[in-house]
Amino acid sequence: MTDLTALAAAALGEVAACGDLTALDEVRVRWLGKKGAFTEQLKALGRLSAAERPAAGERINEAKEKLHAAIAQRRSLLERAAIERELSAGRIDVTLPGRGEESGGLHPVTRARLRIETLFRRAGFEVASGPEIEDDYHNFTALNIPPDHPARAMHDTFYFPDGRLLRTHTSPVQVRALRERGAPLAIIAPGRVYRNDSDMTHSPMFHQLEGLVVGEDVSFANMKAALHGFLQAFFERDLAMRLRPSYFPFTEPSAEVDMSCVFCSGKGCRVCKFTGWLEISGCGMVHPNVLAASGVDPERFSGYAFGAGIDRLAMLRYGVNDLRLFFENDLRFLTQFRSLGT
Amino acid sequence: MKVPYSWLREWVPVPWGAGELGARLTMAGFEVEANTPAAPPFSRVVVARIVSAQPHPQADKLRVCQVDAGTGTLLSIVCGAPNARAGLMSALAPVGAQLPGDVSIRAAKLRGVESQGMLCSAKELGLSEDSDGIVELPADAPPGTLLREYLDLDDTVLELNITPNRGDAMSILGVAREVAALAQVQVTGPQIIAAAAAHNERFPVELDAAAACPRFASCIVRGIDNGAATPLWMRERLRRAGVRSISAVVDVTNYVMLELGQPMHAYDLGKLHGGIRVRLARAQEPLTLLDGREIACDPDMLLITDREGPVGLAGVMGGLRTAVSAVTRDILLESAYFSPAAVAGRGRRVGLVTDASQRFERGVDPTRQGRAIERAVALLRTIAGGAAGPIDVRETAAVPPPPAPVPLRSSRLARILGVQLAPAQVTAALEGLGMQVRAQGEDWQVTAPAYRFDIGIEADLIEEVARIVGLDAIPETAARAPQEFRRLSGAQAGESALLQTLAARGYQEAITYAFVDPALQQQLFPGAPQLALANAIASDLSVMRVSLWPGLMRAARENQRRQQSRVRLFEHGSRFVGATGDTREIDTLAGIACGPRLPEQWGLGKEARGNADFHDVKADVVALLATTGDERAFRFEAAGHPALHPGRTAKILRDGTTVGWLGELHPLHVKALDFTYVPVLFEVDLAALAVRPVAYQEISRFPQVRRDLAIVVDDDITLSAVTERVTLSASSLLRDLRVFDVYRGPGLEKGRKSIALGLIFQDISRTLTDEEVGKAMAAVVADLRENLNARIRE
Repeated sequence: MTDLTALAAAALGEVAACGDLTALDEVRVRWLGKKGAFTEQLKALGRLSAAERPAAGERINEAKEKLHAAIAQRRSLLERAAIERELSAGRIDVTLPGRGEESGGLHPVTRARLRIETLFRRAGFEVASGPEIEDDYHNFTALNIPPDHPARAMHDTFYFPDGRLLRTHTSPVQVRALRERGAPLAIIAPGRVYRNDSDMTHSPMFHQLEGLVVGEDVSFANMKAALHGFLQAFFERDLAMRLRPSYFPFTEPSAEVDMSCVFCSGKGCRVCKFTGWLEISGCGMVHPNVLAASGVDPERFSGYAFGAGIDRLAMLRYGVNDLRLFFENDLRFLTQFRSLGT
Repeated sequence: MKVPYSWLREWVPVPWGAGELGARLTMAGFEVEANTPAAPPFSRVVVARIVSAQPHPQADKLRVCQVDAGTGTLLSIVCGAPNARAGLMSALAPVGAQLPGDVSIRAAKLRGVESQGMLCSAKELGLSEDSDGIVELPADAPPGTLLREYLDLDDTVLELNITPNRGDAMSILGVAREVAALAQVQVTGPQIIAAAAAHNERFPVELDAAAACPRFASCIVRGIDNGAATPLWMRERLRRAGVRSISAVVDVTNYVMLELGQPMHAYDLGKLHGGIRVRLARAQEPLTLLDGREIACDPDMLLITDREGPVGLAGVMGGLRTAVSAVTRDILLESAYFSPAAVAGRGRRVGLVTDASQRFERGVDPTRQGRAIERAVALLRTIAGGAAGPIDVRETAAVPPPPAPVPLRSSRLARILGVQLAPAQVTAALEGLGMQVRAQGEDWQVTAPAYRFDIGIEADLIEEVARIVGLDAIPETAARAPQEFRRLSGAQAGESALLQTLAARGYQEAITYAFVDPALQQQLFPGAPQLALANAIASDLSVMRVSLWPGLMRAARENQRRQQSRVRLFEHGSRFVGATGDTREIDTLAGIACGPRLPEQWGLGKEARGNADFHDVKADVVALLATTGDERAFRFEAAGHPALHPGRTAKILRDGTTVGWLGELHPLHVKALDFTYVPVLFEVDLAALAVRPVAYQEISRFPQVRRDLAIVVDDDITLSAVTERVTLSASSLLRDLRVFDVYRGPGLEKGRKSIALGLIFQDISRTLTDEEVGKAMAAVVADLRENLNARIRE
């Protein structure tokens, strides 16, 4: 029987000398495999006396364990070294762009509209809609604008040969919503509206926001609070608001809504034409004739309505200085609105 | 309306400067649109008398004037104006004066003669657009007085936006009444005194249209000099109010209209035949108006006529035949009340909005026709002389009755405004506006003055109270809202989520016009009826879109022109189907993709660098359909669409109903529209994207078994045909079917293709055996062989 100690030392020496995992595996098979030196040693145990056998066996096993442990330790060392080598070889340029599709985004007017809808929904309003091709009745007559009323001249209406028209404002939704849902109600109706007018500051198609609140005890004071609250929520800041008496056939009393200029905080700048104020909306208490035309008893119910330009709100919020940009669909403009916020 | 501050002050003691007045009026509903000085800045220009005017020794057209500018010494001024003559009072800019446009006057030699200043024209002083010579001032103008002071040029013109309900405020008097109400002062105004008639002539007038023209006042004035110059003060006021000076008579009638709000007309008496009849027009009755415009009347137009025919479109404009001229000696002045209903819209119908029509259609005080004639006659006498006859007022039975009292309840007032006003505040506000207020317990009965056409119901009074006490006096009171839960439908994905689905896949939302180019739309949708606008803004924006594609294609093309090679746009909006009365507005989501499949980037394979095609965009559409949670309900079916490539077009169906289209643009359109890349288009009805309620399906805990199968079939066999056979023939254990390769080319017979399928089997309650799966596969193979003539590739 060969000297176990020398054998073990030789084996451990070989393990320590292994430079890679393949060599280590060869060493393992040679010493610990079926035909390995330690297996031979164990087989040779049979030749020993029964008294010697346990102690000798224990020694062999001990040496084997030691070798196993040495191999495992060496393996993990070599593996780690291999990974290290891979790591330094596998270095990439993390500043290269990612692969695949880039994301698009929503139109700024849509962003503003969704923001408006969110704010009003939170305040208990529902979102309603109506047709863009309207009849004369809903667009004018039911809103207290009879034929030949001077207010019609302010509307620059697009007509179809059969007398129908493209709605000039979202106000017809007031009439439709009141008829369909009855009072009380609180709705907004954002949507496209059309006027035969096109220049620097007018587009033949633009977006309006209509609001309507009808109930048994709805007052002008409520309207002021709602409009002021909305404007401050939309622009995320404290703003002054003032109402100027005005005239709309379908509301009475009527008012124009001015808010302090968001660019100069009311100090006066080019955007507000040095007045400190921006005209942002028209509003008023729903005219009793409109309530009656919509089947609502004006003695029992009162309400307020307002209209505002969504495009204008979007321009002010995002600092867009030319309305026409919204309808040119220039990707260099649109892609500036990719972020998910509103 | 342009209101010169100085003119207004003649009518009411305005306690505020022009700026403050503008702010007050704005906050009372009369928005000041502009606040402009009556004259541009100039300085040291004085009234001066030309003492003598001698010909210039060196120049035919120049004169050398000796001018008295009140300094004690005469100044020598060289002047080229044809009206520079001895005795004329004019405007002198001496050396050191500043004229508009930063012009400084210095001593200069003109053709060898020294000039110590410049005699000025109205144009040079910025007082008019053009002028024929130097300013002519009245003979009694004091030389040496600063012209700005003499003409009161440091005046402000307030341009007011008068809302359509306030016709009564379209005059100096009307604005003065508002100011009086706001400042709690009285309208004073110049006294208008009726002069005794100088003769007894009356012109015959018949009022046939009793309701349309219930009152007509007229007056014959003989022996006027219509060539007389309108005095400077009146021309200045007209100028500041934006009205051009024409002749003495016309200027006076315009002046009275601006001052009192009563439009007037003057006829050349010599050109009127027989008497005046006010009647409705006959259909197509011809009339030539003052401005030369020839109109054919409608039967609802009101005419002033004489024996020979129409002499004016009532309340809009007079006729040319009886117009006054420079040589007119005798005139008939008209001051009528035409009802708003008889005038409204008539002018616009013939393309005319006049100062008169704007006032009549909003309502003119029906009681004060005589006063306007009194004012005009008095002014005329000082300017053009003439002898006025009696003021002849004709009336019909349809004269508007005096305004009836309107009730105003204090409880209603408080409820509508949301504020409790003191009764004294309410009555003061209304009385300040000239209303008679009678208390009735806590409430009031209010009678409006005759000139107010907008006070008929309680709400009208509430508005007036709010306006005068000021909207700032109304607090902001949050509404009390009950906590109410409304059912939230799970069947509609939020709009935002749908839009973001496309945005996340690289599409940018566009908003295009709802009206499009009829030629393009006709090309793309030849069968669809086009709904055309009667008054389109442009010919290429004149029909309602039947699809969002024309607008998106235009937008894509414009971006291509702006050097964007890769364009992916989508839009959410209505398309309009049906040109007749029952046009349907269909809420639609549509998109266009053209150019490279992916943005330009590194590390892409050749395939990935190609241009987007049908199947790229189909993945986007499927992602959209997947938001319903009901993809299996959708089917893509090869179909024909005139806009699209005949072999690369699919109709999208949900449960058998067509809900959209997907395809590559037809090569003919690609060429005609000059697209660099072939656009792929899709359009889906939003209603078809209703969400299927989620119902949880149990997950199998047993392993799945996959078997791949490659078959060779004829080229025209669609995948959906294969899928259908496989689904039918495999047992119910088939969980999923995937396509992982489609191949045509070498190694295959011509006209055949190979499809590689992955079949995934799984049971919910046990592990499948090889035998079971083998049996299912054998059934699939047999079915495909038999029904699709498939060959199995081993």
